[in-house]
Amino acid sequence: MFLNQFLFLAAILFCIGVYGVLTRKNGVLVLMSIELILNAVNINLVAFGAFHQHLSGQVFALFVIAVAAAEVGVGLAIVLLIYRNRRSINVAEANILKG
Amino acid sequence: MFLLAAEEAAANSWLYDNAWLIPALPALSFLLIIFFGKRLPNKGAEIGIAAVSAAFILAVLTTFTWMGDIRASFDKKEEAQVLTVDGEEAIAVVLTAEEGEVRGAPIINEVEWFGIGTDANRTTLGTEANGHGQPAGGEGETHADEEGHAEEKAFSISIGTWVDGQSVMMLFVVTFISLLVHIYSTEYVKGDRRYTHYFAFLSLFTASMLFMVLSSSTLQLIVGWELVGVCSFGLIGHWWEEKDNSDAALKAFLTNRVGDIGLLIGMTILYFAAGQSFSIKTINEMAVAGDISKGTLQIAALCLMAAVMSKSGQFILHTWLPDAMAGPTPVSALIHAATMVVAGVYMIGRLYPVFFVGFGIAGGTINVMAFIGGLTCVGGGLLAFVQRDLKKVLAYSTVSQLGYMVLALGMGAYTAGLFHLFTHAFFKACLFLGAGSVSHACHHSFDMKADMGGLRKYMPTTFATFMIGTAALAGLPPLAGFWSKDEILVGAGVWPGTEGNGTYTIPFIFGMLTAAMTAAYMTRAVWLTFFGDYRGHEEPHESPPRITVPLVILAFMAVVVGFFNMPKQFVEALRLPSRFALAFEHWVEPAGVATFVSKEANKFTHAKPSLSLAVVATGLALGAGFLVWNYYKRLYAMDPKATEYTNGLASRIPLLATGHKVLENKYYLDHLYTGVIAGGTKGPLARAANWTNQNILDGVVNLVGVTSVSIGRFVYRYIDQGVVDGAVNASGSAASSFGQLLRGMQSGQVRQYATLLFGAATVMVAVFIFAV
Amino acid sequence: MEDFLNSWGLTAMVFAPLVGAVVMMLIPERDEELHKMVALVASAVSFVIGILLLTNFDYGASGTMQFAVDRSWIDVINARYAIGMDGMSLPLIALTLLVTPLVIIYSWNHIPKPGNAKAFLILMLVLHTGMLGTFVARDLVLFFVFFEVVLLPMYFMIGVWGGEDRLYASIKFFLYTLFGSAFMLVSFLALYWLTGSATFNMVELAERVVDPVEGLSASQQTLLFGGMFLGFGIKVPMFPFHTWLPDAHTQAPTQGSVILAAVLLKLGTYGFVRIALPILPEGAVAWAPWIGLLAVIGIIYGALGCLAQTDMKRLIAFSSVAHMGYVMLGIATLTSFGINAAIFGMVAHGLITGMLFFIAGSVKERYHTLEIKRLGGLLHKDQAPRMGWILAITSMASLGLPGLAGFWGEFPAILAAYNPNAGLNTTVFRIYMVVAAIGTVLAAAYLLWLLQRTAFGEPSEEFVDHPDVHDTVFTEWVAWVPMLILIVVLGFVPGLIFDVTNEPVSIIGDVFKNMSSGAALGSGG
Repeated sequence: MFLNQFLFLAAILFCIGVYGVLTRKNGVLVLMSIELILNAVNINLVAFGAFHQHLSGQVFALFVIAVAAAEVGVGLAIVLLIYRNRRSINVAEANILKG
Repeated sequence: MFLLAAEEAAANSWLYDNAWLIPALPALSFLLIIFFGKRLPNKGAEIGIAAVSAAFILAVLTTFTWMGDIRASFDKKEEAQVLTVDGEEAIAVVLTAEEGEVRGAPIINEVEWFGIGTDANRTTLGTEANGHGQPAGGEGETHADEEGHAEEKAFSISIGTWVDGQSVMMLFVVTFISLLVHIYSTEYVKGDRRYTHYFAFLSLFTASMLFMVLSSSTLQLIVGWELVGVCSFGLIGHWWEEKDNSDAALKAFLTNRVGDIGLLIGMTILYFAAGQSFSIKTINEMAVAGDISKGTLQIAALCLMAAVMSKSGQFILHTWLPDAMAGPTPVSALIHAATMVVAGVYMIGRLYPVFFVGFGIAGGTINVMAFIGGLTCVGGGLLAFVQRDLKKVLAYSTVSQLGYMVLALGMGAYTAGLFHLFTHAFFKACLFLGAGSVSHACHHSFDMKADMGGLRKYMPTTFATFMIGTAALAGLPPLAGFWSKDEILVGAGVWPGTEGNGTYTIPFIFGMLTAAMTAAYMTRAVWLTFFGDYRGHEEPHESPPRITVPLVILAFMAVVVGFFNMPKQFVEALRLPSRFALAFEHWVEPAGVATFVSKEANKFTHAKPSLSLAVVATGLALGAGFLVWNYYKRLYAMDPKATEYTNGLASRIPLLATGHKVLENKYYLDHLYTGVIAGGTKGPLARAANWTNQNILDGVVNLVGVTSVSIGRFVYRYIDQGVVDGAVNASGSAASSFGQLLRGMQSGQVRQYATLLFGAATVMVAVFIFAV
Repeated sequence: MEDFLNSWGLTAMVFAPLVGAVVMMLIPERDEELHKMVALVASAVSFVIGILLLTNFDYGASGTMQFAVDRSWIDVINARYAIGMDGMSLPLIALTLLVTPLVIIYSWNHIPKPGNAKAFLILMLVLHTGMLGTFVARDLVLFFVFFEVVLLPMYFMIGVWGGEDRLYASIKFFLYTLFGSAFMLVSFLALYWLTGSATFNMVELAERVVDPVEGLSASQQTLLFGGMFLGFGIKVPMFPFHTWLPDAHTQAPTQGSVILAAVLLKLGTYGFVRIALPILPEGAVAWAPWIGLLAVIGIIYGALGCLAQTDMKRLIAFSSVAHMGYVMLGIATLTSFGINAAIFGMVAHGLITGMLFFIAGSVKERYHTLEIKRLGGLLHKDQAPRMGWILAITSMASLGLPGLAGFWGEFPAILAAYNPNAGLNTTVFRIYMVVAAIGTVLAAAYLLWLLQRTAFGEPSEEFVDHPDVHDTVFTEWVAWVPMLILIVVLGFVPGLIFDVTNEPVSIIGDVFKNMSSGAALGSGG
């Protein structure tokens, strides 16, 4: 079957996404990296759905896309606000949650 | 008598049954004077006089009725069955055949006052001693239910009137003298700053005294006794602005209170001894019948004697009486000569069986009462010699005469004692009012040596009445004092042929001595006041009629009242009707006394009069008076203004000088009382109590408080703060430092969080893969 | 009407003042007149209901609890809202009902510093409820609650409106009394458990305690009586627990002193006759000689204390110790005679000493001092002659003059001590009697001495024509006249009280009498 290839692709995408989240300082890039991670998951879901001849995987993937869209909306808004306040979107500088 | 017998009886009983009106009238007058007195034209005096007059009229009517009743039964003696015991002529035991009622027995009207307590559960003292059953007396109905368990009812305590010879006699004396004193006072205290109060107190006093006189129970007697005391307090301290006066008032009250301890305890003992009864009748009957043990009676009598000593100015509690002269003179006459001070004597008479049996008067030679009486009459008489103040002479004379009465009662001469009370009231009131009149003339001074002398020329009426009073007091025949004094001396049973209740030799000697001394010191007082030259300033003047009229009336009484009790032999010798003989004795001697006759051990005997004794006693008095008279006569010849020899015997003989000094200091009793006892109580003792309170008792409380606080501090500081709180704080700081530790993890860097997240996820995945 | 009185009368009487207090809380503080009015009305309502109760009281059956109410209250411990009035509580209730309105009237123009009529009068009304409640309670828990309710208002009254040393005095008063109450409570609880009856009802407890099978042993009774003795004895106060009293009295405002003397002290003696004696008879017999001893020590000691005082109010306070000694002596005899005398003594002392404190307060107001040395000549025309006379009459009453109320508390107590209940040592009690009789002399001494130095003589120069010195004013007359009238009337008609108290007291007296006769039978057999 092709399942392994799909899973492999998803794993690569996921790792790229994680790498992006952890290393990029630009908030927008971080968001894009998160998008990569989510899409890696979507690939997994669709692949397993097809593999098991079951629709639930695709339904979950659709959900994730919808949630991701919302998340990006919120995330971009936050980034925008951070930018407005700090004239920067460097996430390393955004440490106001420090305890 | 125009009334028919039945009507007469009804009228008589109306008077007896309504005897309560006699004290009620002055009591009402007291209230009226207090509330309205000041608004009346005479400032309340008129109410007082009206009320006392009404009371006087009632008292006189009662007296005459009583005398009539006794006379009637006396007359019946000839025909009715006569009960004579041992050949004694005791009118009181004569019975009216039909009713079986004793003539001369008290007529008692009682109403329930209040109920308190229940019947005693234990046998009383008296019955304990005698193994007797239920005591006599009407109190407390006890009835047993079927289990034999006695059901108790409240004791009812009664208040009432007791009309018999003794109380009727006293009613007459009190209302009579009170009325005269009221009239006298309208002049004497005219313009006084507290005129209305004065009359209010006089009314209250009269009411209280009459209330006490009519007592049918010992409780009522106590109430009256204390009330007259408080009136005396108020009147002695009438001019309370000066500290001396209020001191005297306080002294009078407190000394009487000391005696009252005896009164309260004595009456308590009698109450239980008589089977829980306050009734004087019950107590007397039980004492006579021997239902109360002699020991109990003795203790009770001793306690009551203390009360007599304070109230009737007996040694050693007499010291208040001379000080009481600080009050207005009419008050001294009424309260401190004629009425209140004889309350003690009156009480002895009222409860005579208690004293008679308790002290074993029959067949005795000396007893506490006779001894105290004797001591008082001599001691008081001696003190009268060294006074400068006319009133104080009379005061000590009163002390001495009261001693005489107690002496008489102590020797069993019941009638003689009360007869002396009766006669003394008139001539002593006469003397006191006379002294008041003198002071009125001499600008309110009583100092015989400085402000008097030769007054007989200026105030003849006062002088004449004073002389009559003096002669009566000295016991010169045929004046009142002679008859009563003679009876007392006879009563001692020492003089040959007198046959008293015993042979009271020492009291008899005291009595004879007093007879001589009385004449002597009164002569001295009369000389210093009325003879010689006037030593005061300004011209003295005779007093107005409102003062002299009472004096004349009293002087008249001082002459005649002695005739009420002439010995039988004397009456027979003069061929007077036999009813004149021993009239007073027949009227006054109560039925209770006669019952002594039935008991051999407590035989009550009347002494027989003796002409020789009368002659000797009179001679003694005349001789003593003459000596003193001579002394002053010679002094006057030397120096008309002198009042004593500058180089007299007292200054030459050391023993006499010491004696004089002791007398001047009133036997140092005042020093003892004021300085040692009162001062000690008020000073060191009270301070010690207060110190104990502040430092020991309060100290304990404060110490407990302070200790608690310091323990609290200790606990707080070391245990609470150190240990308990320490543990709490430790846990807190542990949490805090742990938090500090963790705090570093929260950098605020989202990427760091993500790193941790993914790291952890990786670790978990590894765990899942390899562990499972 | 009758139904109302029977079921609600006592409750209404007790709580009417509390309702008044609640109403006053809603009124702003500045409306002083209104506050006084409300307070007066509340106490008057209570008074009127009380009068109705008194007139409907069946005097022929004064031994039974009348207007009794018994409802569930705290079911867990079976404490019930049980109230009632009998001949023993009636005089004291009447006294309370009378004194509080008079005190409120007196307060009309005598609000002590620092003012605030609202708080002052609210406290007074709460106090009123507490006092009345204590006298009507028939349940130990209820009694205890009311007993303690009284404490707090008094504490504030002394602590806020008192003299210079008020904090010390108020705390001493509070803690001392609370200390005793703690022991009392322990005794109450012990009764509850030891009898196993699971009730706090006084009558039931009394029956259980003497139960031959399940009752308490003599030693248990003695122990429990000891607890109550502390509780009540401190309140009375008995020597040597009296030291809170002079301080509290001296520092308290006049109204506080009056209520303290007139009613509060009676809570202790009332507790003895209502609770301690009937419930624990054997304990009472064991304690009686000691109570008698402390009573006579108190009589002499209080009198000596009086003689040493230089402050008028403190002197009067000490005299309370002496007078309550007579009351306790009467109780200690365990005879109906003595207990009757004790109840009379309570009422008489309440009226007389209350009156004396009123006078002391008015003297203080005029002369700004109570130091006896500086006073004098009260009777003088330019000073306050009427007040002087009132002081004279009241002093006479206080020293036990027959014809005034004081005598009937004193003499019968002395009389009863001559012949105490069987089982008590007669000799010991006769010694007590003599000592108590000597106490009457000392009483006369300190009271007349006080009278002489305050009322007689010339006024000291500083007070001649002093602007503040004036005679009795209207509110004083209104407050004083009823008390004076009662002092005189009770003096001549002592039956007013004795006739009411006699029956219930006889019931207690019979307990002891039967006990002794039972004991005699037992020892005989």
